[in-house]
Amino acid sequence: MAEHDTKVDREPEQPAAEAAPSGSPWGAFGRGLLLAFSVPAAVLFGSALGFGALARDGGLSLAQAAFITASMQALPNQVVLIDQLARNETVLAAALAVAVTAVRLLPMTVTLVPLLGGRDRRPMLALLAVHFVAVTNWVEARRRLPSTALQARLPRYLGFGVATTAVALTGTVAGHIAAGHVPTVVAAALLLMTPLYFLLSLLATSQSRVDLVAIAMGCGLAPLLHVVAPGFDLLATGLIGGTLAFLLGRSGRGGADELSE
Amino acid sequence: MNFLNDGLGGYLTLFLAGFLATEVWRWLGLAVGSRLDVAGAPFQWVRAVATALVAGLVTRIVLFPAGALAAVALPVRVGAFAGGVALYLLARRNLAAGVGGGAALLIGAQLLLQ
Repeated sequence: MAEHDTKVDREPEQPAAEAAPSGSPWGAFGRGLLLAFSVPAAVLFGSALGFGALARDGGLSLAQAAFITASMQALPNQVVLIDQLARNETVLAAALAVAVTAVRLLPMTVTLVPLLGGRDRRPMLALLAVHFVAVTNWVEARRRLPSTALQARLPRYLGFGVATTAVALTGTVAGHIAAGHVPTVVAAALLLMTPLYFLLSLLATSQSRVDLVAIAMGCGLAPLLHVVAPGFDLLATGLIGGTLAFLLGRSGRGGADELSE
Repeated sequence: MNFLNDGLGGYLTLFLAGFLATEVWRWLGLAVGSRLDVAGAPFQWVRAVATALVAGLVTRIVLFPAGALAAVALPVRVGAFAGGVALYLLARRNLAAGVGGGAALLIGAQLLLQ
């Protein structure tokens, strides 16, 4: 993994093709695919490796792990799902926990859709586009699409989506296979990558003091509630910690500005 | 630990509790579009709940792990995790440095201890 990272790090952040005038939709799609060779893609690959290892640890087959990655496209929700199923929660309880985690995707989708140009009215393409709403694609879209020609935005974004799906699937499959064949210490390191990636992503995308307090509350409450209310601890951590963070963060209104860089 | 069968039933579970529970928010986002005030108080609360839940999940994986990570002593797990966060901050908020560095620290510490 470390080797993979350094290699990818040297790739230019802005591919040369970026400067070329936008041509056909397929050209834009192709430029979107280049996202597969970027630092964010390398990080996604690493955490997908961790997810594959985690899935195997939880007793899922390779095909099931790949199915989860392709259908859900959101690693935190995927880990919550595995966690809930491994604890023998009911399908309904698992779905509830996943749905609570996935609420983040709603505001992300709402802010992404206007960026896509809005010309294209083909519903299947729109459904495919929102299926790709996940942290990596969303961050890249906000960074790249505003400077992309209107008619090239949707194809380029779909290129992002196909690229990250391919990267995440490769990582999931590789992690699932590797977990059974590498020394325990390497498997343990793979398993540590997922929580690290999640926490760092939360830090990277936090926009206000509410977010930061919510992170602290979640970290502090989880061990306590794990002992007090096993089974409900994840949902309880979210509801209690999130509500407290919301109230605390809002009462100290002035703090929100400190974070804007 | 075979909680999910390999047949259609297992995939139906994954489809319902995984795909549908996730995708419904994306569909809703597409349907309501910009008519929704994503900066408003209800959304701040929902976002805080989801954030705390993921942070809790992170803590639980590190403190109460299963499988291979459970074979690593608690101080090493916590130390490597904290080291990864520190590396992320030191490397000007570089995700790759944090994630890769934390994993490398865990391997290094385990090899030293053996």
